[in-house]
Amino acid sequence: MGLAALSANLLLVAFIAYLVATLFFGGAVKGAKSEASYRNHRWGNVGITITIIGFVTHLGYFITRWMASGHAPVSNMFEFTTAFGMMLVGAFILLFFMYRTPSLGLFALPIAVIIIGYASMFPREITPLIPALQSYWLTIHVITAALGEAILAISAVAGLIYLLKHVDLTKKSKERFWLEAVMFTVVLVLGFVVSSTTFKMTGYEAHFTYIDKNEMPAKIEYNYPPLFGMNGYEIQSPEAMEPLVEMPAVINAKTLTTFVWSVLTGIVLYLILRLIFRRPLAALFQPFAKKANSQLMDEIGYRSVLIGFPVFTLGALIFAMIWAHEAWSRFWGWDPKEVWALITWLFYAAFLHLRLSKGWEGKKSAWLAVIGFVIIMFNLIAVNLIIAGLHSYA
Amino acid sequence: MSKIKCQCGHDNPFGTVLCERCGRPLTEEAKKSEVVDMRYEGSARRSQTYKRSIIDKVWNFFSSVKVGVGIILAVLVTSAIGTLFPQKFYVPVNQNSGAELLAYYERLYGFVGTLYYKLGFYDMYNSWWFKTLIGMLGTSIIIASVDRVIPLYKSLKKQRTKRHSSFMRRQRIYGEGQSVDADTSLAKAEEKLKSMKYNIKTEDGAILAEKYRFSRWGPYVNHTGLIIFLFGVLLRGIPGFYVDETMWIREGELRAIPGAPNYYLESKDFIIETYSKEEADEVFGQAIDRVGTIVKTYQTDVSLYKKKEDSLPGSTDLEHIKDYPIIVNKPLKFDGYNIFQMDYRLNELKSMTMQLIEKETGKSFGQFTINLDEPEGVYELNDGARVDLIGYYADYDGVEDGEPVSKSPIPNNPAFIFNMITPEKPQGEKSFVAIRQTLETEENAYQVKFVSAETRDISGLTIRKDKTLYILLLGGIIFMIGVIQGSYWNHRRIWIQKGEGNQLLLAAHTNKNWFSLKKELDAVKDFANLPSYEDRQDNESSTEEEEGEK
Repeated sequence: MGLAALSANLLLVAFIAYLVATLFFGGAVKGAKSEASYRNHRWGNVGITITIIGFVTHLGYFITRWMASGHAPVSNMFEFTTAFGMMLVGAFILLFFMYRTPSLGLFALPIAVIIIGYASMFPREITPLIPALQSYWLTIHVITAALGEAILAISAVAGLIYLLKHVDLTKKSKERFWLEAVMFTVVLVLGFVVSSTTFKMTGYEAHFTYIDKNEMPAKIEYNYPPLFGMNGYEIQSPEAMEPLVEMPAVINAKTLTTFVWSVLTGIVLYLILRLIFRRPLAALFQPFAKKANSQLMDEIGYRSVLIGFPVFTLGALIFAMIWAHEAWSRFWGWDPKEVWALITWLFYAAFLHLRLSKGWEGKKSAWLAVIGFVIIMFNLIAVNLIIAGLHSYA
Repeated sequence: MSKIKCQCGHDNPFGTVLCERCGRPLTEEAKKSEVVDMRYEGSARRSQTYKRSIIDKVWNFFSSVKVGVGIILAVLVTSAIGTLFPQKFYVPVNQNSGAELLAYYERLYGFVGTLYYKLGFYDMYNSWWFKTLIGMLGTSIIIASVDRVIPLYKSLKKQRTKRHSSFMRRQRIYGEGQSVDADTSLAKAEEKLKSMKYNIKTEDGAILAEKYRFSRWGPYVNHTGLIIFLFGVLLRGIPGFYVDETMWIREGELRAIPGAPNYYLESKDFIIETYSKEEADEVFGQAIDRVGTIVKTYQTDVSLYKKKEDSLPGSTDLEHIKDYPIIVNKPLKFDGYNIFQMDYRLNELKSMTMQLIEKETGKSFGQFTINLDEPEGVYELNDGARVDLIGYYADYDGVEDGEPVSKSPIPNNPAFIFNMITPEKPQGEKSFVAIRQTLETEENAYQVKFVSAETRDISGLTIRKDKTLYILLLGGIIFMIGVIQGSYWNHRRIWIQKGEGNQLLLAAHTNKNWFSLKKELDAVKDFANLPSYEDRQDNESSTEEEEGEK
């Protein structure tokens, strides 16, 4: 078996290990009366052992892929997102040994699983590096930035647990609405994974020519039945369906089609889940969060921002500026990805100031942590796929 | 302003909340509170004390964290709006033409695009309001830091080991109780705390154990770093600190480097390479199949020259300094300058080879080559024939008022007017020759025919010199030191003291990470038989323990 194939198999093993570990953490939380009594629960120990095995195989995926390609596997959307998932699990393991709390694993691991699933929807083959990426700064900058983001993401997991525990789901409120909205967003990501996998398995392809925004002819291939057509499109595959609407040149109708298919699938999934369980998803998960200690979750949320913020600053801003100066001749160029890294940094700076000086703890702090994660994901997904500047390598 | 005299005899500056020495609450509010606000140690901050003059008001405005966070969020929102549509400098039209820019935004984004342009969002980061916001942020960082760091430093320096019981009782972590032998407990606690790397001070039956106080300075250190960084950015406006030029250089050309006086650059070759399936690593095969071509290298091979020091002004007596292949990520570096590979254009026409023939017989009088940079006037051919070049239009763009016009000096579409002189037609015949067309005023017997063309590549290079980089880097390093200092350590203090008889009082404070402080405190408590304490902000843990015991 070649290194590349070995690498892919290791990733699969890690993926399954995280799923299994989630079940054990679920058992640990369910079987215990309270946080104090489950700290050394057997189920929790099994859970963390399997998590570590998963993490080691995930690391194995990373190293073998690095060996196969000759560069750090962080050079496109699939590789970066997978590495981000790995570091999320790594950050969870670190915080688990600091605070010994299985509830964190119960919520962090499924998020890692979804992230890896999301990553796998992008082209997975090993790509050679374009000139701009041929630098050791690729390794240094991207790995540090991803690590910082992963640690910051743990704070959102702790925040989510805190909110699930403390938001009153029996009464109608803004908080209840937004908490359910967070759950719904997670289902939307699943919708993307499900719809993308379905059409990939059926091998759907439709070719078009169109006129791009610089008024030049261009070609595009859809992997979803085209709901939206590109500007001035012409169908090249005879059996493909006719797009419903033609979009102006600035809108990438292919991305929009993928997005709408994902949302539709997500809505269907959500409705099915609601029909099966007959209650909001937040209410479904609330019993699992009820046993977490609020002070501890609040502290984990704060602590992970404290640990992650310096790492993020170093990787996403300082190393980024040094490399940008080497590669693009300027250390800062207001490229959308750069601006969103700055926005993320400013947001967490505001978080820290509000917490330190304005005493924003508990729910307020938890909401901020969740919003922070949304910003990080926005930078990863939307800025890459929609806004797209110099960083759109995926 | 008058000093506040505490019962312990210490004179506190006006505005102090907790006595600097013994910690007794001094204000009515503090006396009423159950858990006292320990931020900045209850010291007298200028912003909280003086509120009358304009200067006070400005000071108070900028020292407020609420205002600071407001400014941060304003920068955040404006930055985000700036990414909605591409900024001016990423738009491929003439940067100085407002009309073209407006047309671009209008064409692609319609009404919203027009609005984006009209509101000035298309050049957000150079707008006066964005710069004002950054200026306010800098001001806020300086004032808010100074307002806090000085009183904090003073009060931590002046703090006394023995605190008044009213201070102890108002801490978040507090416990009191009878012990079997207070003195032994104190001695054991001291021993245990020392082993945990606490600095211990004792005074009259009281212990103050303290560690990692330096982490309290973290925020002020990182704010200093930020100020240095912003100062560095400000310096770029000063001439000489910052050079940013671009140059296009053709293969074979020698040119003065813009922005770098006395330096010359010669381009030897421009190379563009793509990954081929045969040469590239096998694992890349699939990707190359899917994407098509993937570029491997953009490279300009150059020679750097410097004008000799003793050479006369105006002369070009050059000294060869070095040869260097400039590739992306590996700029040419010399004397503080960096030259980057940024752009390229392939296959610009360099020269054209033509031949003169007699139309009827096809007989050739030989070939001649026109150098498109410096076309010569006369080309001598065989058999006494010659061609005079009487008109050259590098970038021919049709005829205006009976005259051919060229829209640029770049040979994108060269056109010529020749006068063909042959033994048979000594007066010459005129002919207009452009790519794929020949125009004659009257039927000629001879013709200039295109034979071949030679092309060359052009490299787009950027020249940068940035003396502020070291200042920026220094700012970045100081920021990192400060942010690590403040985040990865925390200032912990534990007070233990004797009360009446064998009673012991126990209090603790940390600026963050209470969980770890409690773990340490538990260890000390068990070792030294101290009274149990409660955390007034965590009521779940205590109830959990009770439930656990049931």
